[in-house]
Amino acid sequence: MQHGKYRFIVGFLAVPLGLYTLFVVWPFIQSIYYSFTDWTGLSPEFEMVGLANYERMLDDDIFWKSLQHSLLFALLLPVVTIGLALFFSFMINVGGRRRRGGPAITGVRGSSVYKIVYFFPQVLSIAIVALLFAFAYNPDSGAINSLLRGIGLGELQPLWLGDPDLALWCVMAVLVWSTTGFFVVLFSAGMASIPAELYEAALLDGANRVTTFFRVTLPLLWDTVQSGWVYMGILALGAESFAVVQIMTTGPGGPDYSTTVMVLYVYQKAFRDGQAAYATTIGVALLVVTLAFSAVVLRLGRRERLEY
Amino acid sequence: MGSTSAENHGTDGTAAVGRRDLIKRSAALGLISVPTMSFLSACASGGGGDDGEKAKAGKKTAKNPLGVNESAPMEFVLFDGGFGKEYAEDAVKVYEKNFPGAKVKFSATQKIQSTLQPRFNQGTPPDLIDNSGAEQMDMGTLVGKNQLADLTPLLDAPSYDDPAKKVRDTLRPGIVEMGQFDGEKVWILYYAYTVYGVWYSGKALAALDEEYPETWDRMLAVCAKAKKKGIAGWTYPGKYPYYIPFSLYPMIAKVGGAEVLDAIDNLEPNAWKHPAVKACFEAYYELYRKGYILRGTPGLDHIQSQTAWAQGKALFLPNGSWVENESANVIPDDFEVTVSAPSGLDSSDKLPFGTIWASGGEPFIVPAKANNGAGGMEQLRIMLSEASSRNFTSKVKSLTAYNGGTDGITLTPGLKAGVAALEKAGQNVVNPRLQDWYVQLQKEKIGVAGLGEMMAGRLTPAEAIKKIQGFADEAAKDDSIKHYKHQ
Repeated sequence: MQHGKYRFIVGFLAVPLGLYTLFVVWPFIQSIYYSFTDWTGLSPEFEMVGLANYERMLDDDIFWKSLQHSLLFALLLPVVTIGLALFFSFMINVGGRRRRGGPAITGVRGSSVYKIVYFFPQVLSIAIVALLFAFAYNPDSGAINSLLRGIGLGELQPLWLGDPDLALWCVMAVLVWSTTGFFVVLFSAGMASIPAELYEAALLDGANRVTTFFRVTLPLLWDTVQSGWVYMGILALGAESFAVVQIMTTGPGGPDYSTTVMVLYVYQKAFRDGQAAYATTIGVALLVVTLAFSAVVLRLGRRERLEY
Repeated sequence: MGSTSAENHGTDGTAAVGRRDLIKRSAALGLISVPTMSFLSACASGGGGDDGEKAKAGKKTAKNPLGVNESAPMEFVLFDGGFGKEYAEDAVKVYEKNFPGAKVKFSATQKIQSTLQPRFNQGTPPDLIDNSGAEQMDMGTLVGKNQLADLTPLLDAPSYDDPAKKVRDTLRPGIVEMGQFDGEKVWILYYAYTVYGVWYSGKALAALDEEYPETWDRMLAVCAKAKKKGIAGWTYPGKYPYYIPFSLYPMIAKVGGAEVLDAIDNLEPNAWKHPAVKACFEAYYELYRKGYILRGTPGLDHIQSQTAWAQGKALFLPNGSWVENESANVIPDDFEVTVSAPSGLDSSDKLPFGTIWASGGEPFIVPAKANNGAGGMEQLRIMLSEASSRNFTSKVKSLTAYNGGTDGITLTPGLKAGVAALEKAGQNVVNPRLQDWYVQLQKEKIGVAGLGEMMAGRLTPAEAIKKIQGFADEAAKDDSIKHYKHQ
């Protein structure tokens, strides 16, 4: 069987690798190539312009703002989303009090309902979520300000998406709301595979819920958390952040560039301003940021794998 | 790119395919996908166009002044937006009747850019395009890259109804100029005609016992009166503050003369520092300072602000003539949708009251590389006939570029007010070009980051002017965008 083993493996890998090269690697190479041209995206003619697009990008205030916001998204959103998801899934699966006659390890009362409820936002498309929240944030007749008026806080009527100090946070809140459910389900699945004996042993030793979480659950769930972290970071840098910013915000990207993100800027340059080459340049910058983010997360998160 | 692999691997009918064969085959399939990549290198930006495939010109006759090849197929792509597609389908029927031998391929889409950008890149665009909507392809770039055909032959052809009159003489003011970018050539024909201005409910104003205010002092007085009744003076789409210029720019022209707007369009140094600009900015800022703007306006989008306006929460709204159609479902029957030219400052203004912004919408283009460009132009000539124009107006409640075509149909209140406003304006129709020449500058920079911030009270007029002048200077210096000048 040893004979021809590699040929056998290569035989199976060739197709997926070929497809991957064709549809993932090749477009990357193409974008990098176009970033050195002055292609408009509207005509087949273009010329090489060397590093002109990159020089322009470094001078572009809007680019720096979008980079800043994208980085904030990539750093803050995973922390909040994964933190919340870990808390919820812990309470659903492990955090409950022992009930007479029940198993030693169980979720809080009604946890099966919560599990479904948390997953609801994941079922809605991000475009619908963004539209719903755009209505809710309407300062004149939206749900949030109506609620504030209803409870006697009529003086407190923030402009939400119309206020440059609040808009970015409003957008982030929507992303947290819409993605937490997915991670609750992901972590719940991970927690289900942790043997109950470990928890029982910890309980016998007198560990409370906080200790159990940090000493048992989190270390055994680390791999899942880490991949969730990378996934959420890429989500926050990519399509999801584009959708909410494009649909919800002033302009979009405003007010006064307070919510613009790199993907939105790529889109605007390519499809609004007819500057496809410059857009791919920003795209290349986005690629660098995304790769750096994944590398840092995987590097920092490297731990010895626990066998159980 | 998939065709080669299909040919190589689709012919095997024998049973009993051994494991070895299977492996060999999958390896081959994988290898195939590598060379096919070379085809792709031309994928995104396409190859050169095939200029040799253009349809031969037909014979020019009185009925066929553009010399359309009577049997050449014609392809027409329409933006399927607020105006629908029926008006164009009707016009296509006329084309098919006039040229029974020609096959017309008509399609309507909202995704103009995603369907057509690749075809421009391949050099095989359709013959007539309504390049409109959210996915509009950047006109400046299309012109700059010589992708569009000059429409002068169409404009100089006899009009459809009256052979003694050229097409260009049947159009409303500003239409031909709007199609020019630099020089005499006309690249775009705007088919719809939009009246911009201050929109209000005739009934609400009558209830206040007021007429539309012609000076700014009167405007403030009307707003004060409304405020006492709990009605805000103004609202606007705070999320898209580039609606504010619909009434602000013609006001600037009224106060300081149309040349102030021309200087702004030409990105001249210090154009925004003109005293008329400053006076108008300060006038608008007064609306904010005195609390005449509907609370929460900076967070409203266009639909939300129009709804608040239709519900009577605010009196005035800067908008265009599409508002009547767009918000039809929330505007009460007795609302009396009315448009007025913007108020001026006082009697020392350069232009009379009535100076208004009106211009074309729905830009139609004929690509330079179209196979049957003459057919595309002929289709436009048909659409610019009185019958087609009237059909459009009665179906979608909007005027067309054709000057006339409103007799004998019942106009909606807003449309009637628009026609009246145009009559009152006479020659004083201004046509600021920033929004089609420099989209990013107009919408994102001047609109959102400048005017939007000022009207939300986060910038003073002086700060806003300084910021906007900075944006304009940047755009003037930016050599990645094409620059245009008023002729």
